[in-house]
Amino acid sequence: MTVLSAEALLEIRGLRTWFPVRTGVLRRPSSYVRAVDGVDLTIFPGETLALVGESGCGKTTVGRTILQLTEASGGSIWYRGVNLSLLSSQAFKPYRRQIQVVMQDPGSALDPRLTVRDCIAEGMDAFGIGAGAQERTERVAGLMGRVSLDPATMWRYPHEFSGGQRQRICIARALAVDPELLICDEATSALDVSIQAQILNLLADLQAERKLTYLFITHDLGVVRYFATRVAVMYLGRIVEVGPTERIFAEPRHPYTKALLASIPSLDPARRSVKPVALGDVPSPERPPPGCHYHPRCAVRLERCSREDPPVVPFSDGISRCFLSLDDRNGQIGGQGNGRTSTA
Amino acid sequence: MSAPLLTVEGLSVSFPGDGESRMRVVDRVGFSIAAGETLALVGESGCGKSMTALAIMRLIPKPGRIEAGSQIGFEARDVLSLSVPQMRAVRGARIGMIFQEPQTSLNPVTTVGSQVVEAIALHTQVSGSAARKRVVELFAQVGIPDPASRFDAYPHQLSGGLKQRVMIAMAMALRPRLLIADEPTTALDATIRAQILELLRNLSATTGTAVLLITHDFGVVNEVADRVAVMYAGQIVEEGTRVELLSRPRHPYTQGLLRSIPKPEARGHRLEEIKGAVPRPGHWPTGCRFHTRCTFAFEPCPAQEPARTAVSTTQAARCHLVAREIGP
Repeated sequence: MTVLSAEALLEIRGLRTWFPVRTGVLRRPSSYVRAVDGVDLTIFPGETLALVGESGCGKTTVGRTILQLTEASGGSIWYRGVNLSLLSSQAFKPYRRQIQVVMQDPGSALDPRLTVRDCIAEGMDAFGIGAGAQERTERVAGLMGRVSLDPATMWRYPHEFSGGQRQRICIARALAVDPELLICDEATSALDVSIQAQILNLLADLQAERKLTYLFITHDLGVVRYFATRVAVMYLGRIVEVGPTERIFAEPRHPYTKALLASIPSLDPARRSVKPVALGDVPSPERPPPGCHYHPRCAVRLERCSREDPPVVPFSDGISRCFLSLDDRNGQIGGQGNGRTSTA
Repeated sequence: MSAPLLTVEGLSVSFPGDGESRMRVVDRVGFSIAAGETLALVGESGCGKSMTALAIMRLIPKPGRIEAGSQIGFEARDVLSLSVPQMRAVRGARIGMIFQEPQTSLNPVTTVGSQVVEAIALHTQVSGSAARKRVVELFAQVGIPDPASRFDAYPHQLSGGLKQRVMIAMAMALRPRLLIADEPTTALDATIRAQILELLRNLSATTGTAVLLITHDFGVVNEVADRVAVMYAGQIVEEGTRVELLSRPRHPYTQGLLRSIPKPEARGHRLEEIKGAVPRPGHWPTGCRFHTRCTFAFEPCPAQEPARTAVSTTQAARCHLVAREIGP
């Protein structure tokens, strides 16, 4: 999968982000945490791509590496056909404006010493947007109105606002520089459910108005199923499945995706559906299992899964990184269908 | 029906507010739990659900206090009049507890097995080898793989899911009649949460232990609860069986909460929001505390506190609209 797509907004190819584990007096790296270990991902303009997985799978590190908050150890990141990995920090600056982030904890994402006006205007100052302080203040007022905050409160400090309101401030700050891509890293996870609904509605409206593209990093599959266009499932540093949201939830191909879906509690009182499908615990990313990283927890593993890396099996609507998917794909191509394949 | 295992009546908990006044974080809460039953106490942050649980164990942190007029009955004893040593004997032995963050509840410098032994030895005379055997049994019962060697593990050597299993083993060690579980799966990953939910379900079925489950997640409620009580701004606003509350919620707050959960059928549509924000303790509106966010609010709501209106023998709501529909 080295062919770049002409329509893509952002393409990630073979991305590796390893963190050294330093030991001994000389602090030499004795091993590496392979937080991101060979990730390919394509994000198309206007879509919401959900990157899902459990804690420690590397999903947040993917986001941080795209933002160049964390240095990549290998691979490349392309934005509208430009290889960002080769740019100097000066040359990267315009892209920093195009790619903005909204994080989980709006409390720590905002500088407590700045007024809300200054928090939101920070990016405009950095990128020289708006003719002067007065114009920026007017833009801040407009943005605050757009995210349903009272512009009269712009001279207050972040701690005077509730969690939901602070997340609105973070969204206004990200929008202030007119980005194309918004990385939402667990942006609604810390919020109460009634507030989460407000923020998801706001994000949906903003996407429609401004043709925004979202990379939605989350562990919440309910939100993903409601909100995402496509889903990429990550496990221990690797993408194991990619596909359109509805197909992923209706007919998951990878055993890990199946286990994740079986773990979603049901809201239907006629049905209690949680099934613990994945065995045991998530291994440490410092010592991922050989072969398929998921094999020790997989209920349908084959003998070869513990020895060989599974291939990335391409389908018409995505990929699955599993030996069993080879059979599914052969069934799909042969047109015979073995009852397990999708014709999407 | 025999007497309930736990009855809570008129429970209020207060903290110092501005100046001389005290503000209530839990306000005249009442409910009961029968032996073997699982009751879920549901609500958003700050609604008072965790403080209610702490009050039952008499662990309200100072300067908070349980207000006069509150009543807590457990196994036909008046919990609030027990002496400190008597209460200590109840806590741990008759009432077990587990919390959201297992890592903060375990001592990092002692093996997990000896911590469970310690919990047992606090309440019963037991020899070292018998205690070890009992703990290994418990570890096996809560699904800890290789329980004999995990006895000697330190907390940092265990994953979050295994630490939560150790906490459950410790809470269940003395076969309590009531287990209080405060957001027991919130900090866990999805696949591990599924394992722990199944464990909680099986444990209460096999041991007959009643469970008070504190949660904000209606999915978790549906998976493990028998009955549900919904809290808002320090009060229980609706209660009923799991099926009643999930399929026929009557209080506008319960209805709003359930509608605001992103569901697959809602794809492509806007989520229904509850407008505004959860009011903070000390800033609760007059009358019905939900009236400022309620789309159905009418004349009596801002003025008068709604009474509890029974909808069925098991379901009740505190809402003027429900009272009007049901009639006197």
